[in-house]
Amino acid sequence: MTRAWLLMLGALAAVGFATLILVVVPALMLVDVPRPPQLRPYTLQQARGRAVYIANGCIYCHSQQVRDPAFTTDVDRGWGSRASVPADFVYDRPHLVGTMRTGPDLLNVGQRLPDANWQLIHLYQPRSVVPWSIMPSFPFLFEVRDSSALPRGARMVNVTGRHAPPRGKVVVASADAVALVEYLLSLERDYPVPRVAGRSVAAGGRTVHTMP
Amino acid sequence: MTVTRGRPLRGEPEELDIRLRADASSRRPVLLAFGSAIVWLLIGSAFGDVASLKMHLPDWANDAAWLTFGRIRPAHLNTMIYGWASLAMLGVSLWMIPRLVHTELRFGRLAEVGIVLWNIGLVLGIAGLLSGRSDGLEWLEMRRTFADPWFVVGGALVGLTLLVTLMLREVGHLYVSVWYIMASYLWFPVIFIVGNWPTWRGVESAATNWFYAHNALGLWLTAINLGAAYYFIPKVLGRPIHSYQLSLLGFWALAFFYALNGMHHLIGGPVPEWMITTSIVASVLMVIPVLAVAVNHHMTMIGRFGALRYSPTLRFVVLGAIAYTAVSLQGMLTALREVNRITHFTQWTIAHSHVGVYAFVTFVLFGSMYYIMPRLVRREWPSARLIRWHFWLVLSGIAIYVISLTIVGVMQGLALLDPQTPFRRAVEVTIPGLWVRSFAGLLLTAGHLVFATHYWMMTRGTRRAPESPPFHEVRPILYAPAGEIVEEVAR
Repeated sequence: MTRAWLLMLGALAAVGFATLILVVVPALMLVDVPRPPQLRPYTLQQARGRAVYIANGCIYCHSQQVRDPAFTTDVDRGWGSRASVPADFVYDRPHLVGTMRTGPDLLNVGQRLPDANWQLIHLYQPRSVVPWSIMPSFPFLFEVRDSSALPRGARMVNVTGRHAPPRGKVVVASADAVALVEYLLSLERDYPVPRVAGRSVAAGGRTVHTMP
Repeated sequence: MTVTRGRPLRGEPEELDIRLRADASSRRPVLLAFGSAIVWLLIGSAFGDVASLKMHLPDWANDAAWLTFGRIRPAHLNTMIYGWASLAMLGVSLWMIPRLVHTELRFGRLAEVGIVLWNIGLVLGIAGLLSGRSDGLEWLEMRRTFADPWFVVGGALVGLTLLVTLMLREVGHLYVSVWYIMASYLWFPVIFIVGNWPTWRGVESAATNWFYAHNALGLWLTAINLGAAYYFIPKVLGRPIHSYQLSLLGFWALAFFYALNGMHHLIGGPVPEWMITTSIVASVLMVIPVLAVAVNHHMTMIGRFGALRYSPTLRFVVLGAIAYTAVSLQGMLTALREVNRITHFTQWTIAHSHVGVYAFVTFVLFGSMYYIMPRLVRREWPSARLIRWHFWLVLSGIAIYVISLTIVGVMQGLALLDPQTPFRRAVEVTIPGLWVRSFAGLLLTAGHLVFATHYWMMTRGTRRAPESPPFHEVRPILYAPAGEIVEEVAR
């Protein structure tokens, strides 16, 4: 090759072509993804919790997607009753679908583990409720305080056993921890696949009929 | 070929003069890039080791927020990709382009400014991650507001320097390494801006995320390092590349197929099925550029493996090239649905990415530095022993790393796939592999410390440099004075 401009044009054409196929065309196709009526936009509190989820890298161990039962066993494992569809993620910016399952999938964790107290204990010290867990504990999202001098409205966390605070002290959740739990409990995307003009957009954008 | 007193040299005096002038012109920016890259390599190794240990010691060092696994892990990835690999690649390309187009580097100061800006972006970006400021997209975590613009401007300054140098070239023909390097400086800003575009939401966000992340590997890391391998293998051997036609095919096939690969990170996920299928097909089509490059590199090498003993450059680059073939074939395999349903979401992926970014990219970069540095500081590497230690530490480290995580990755995948197996099992099967991986990570870190020490000794000149290359006694002559390649010298 002797012509530098030909090389450059060709190189730009290659990446431009891929951008067209994988970015521009999908963006045009996905503009009218329906907003499922059962899926609410995040409240301020949930959005704050989502920011805590991002800041502390939960995504590096937890996915948020249920894959097609024809392909894998996510549904059999109880992580959801159907494959997730683009409409389930309309309010997600950035997406958090994830690439690792060191821990379980969380797309429907609000349905599976709806107890806020359990969630707080689990964040403070996962091994106090799941002994075999390798999830990090998040002590910096909590405070261990004197039980005599609690501010009004403090959210106490009932940690028992080996990880319980010393006598006279209590574990108090920070606002970030409470928000994170609010976000986790909001994760419930198991409603029927939303309809578009009598049809539904199912996993992977194939058009199939809604489940009854 | 080594420019050393008392050794036979090949080429006309004029040609040597061009090389000396080219090397002198790129010296400052290249040393700046290499020096900072090695600092980031050490920082990134520490992050990697801490993150690895935390996976099986989940309560260790958890009191401070910045030490939590979910912050250290992206700090590790971003330090290694944008700190170590990218800065080293800026250095390699700034050195190679003037050499390949037979002229001095123009506006070298501009490149230096670019490298400094790039480093500022890294400091801000990594500090941001540790303090909880992340964009939340894998490979794009560093904040698009206060960190990413530095990379765009810094990279553009380096790219501009290279472009001007290319335009003022004194050769007609452009060698294959030039194609890869120059193209990647066009590709990187395009994908980086598309990936960071702030309006993507939902599944578009997932698609553009992996469009970027895979292309960062394919069109940035892979492209420049293939360019380097294309340069150093024939250069050290004094033998032309096997086939020009194959290198053409390999380059254009890589450009068109690799760019379409990204969606295979989302197989089974909620993005439109046709996008995933497109990427699977493109992943399989990667067999064309991969085989073209593999045949070209390995056929150039064939019959010359003896030279591996005396050239650390060749050792690292050839192993890197072999790893490129291996990781690409593994990647194709992993993109197939039947394999992916087992390996997706498991440690297999982590092992795979380290074959790519470590065994291929990092090895080629080490090899390149071993070649480039003596020509910049005009001294030989002080110690053959340190080179040996470096090589064997990182080679055994990466081998143990990849084997252990691949095995437990498959076990984890099989456990996840069987709904009768409790999730607990999928966690427990990985623990032994995670311990072994931490050990392997410490070997790699030890290798990096040896390399950094050696680099320091060389640039500071703290030890009297030997007059001949470190391994010249192993096989003293590769060329007859007339420039003919001679057969292995009987010992």
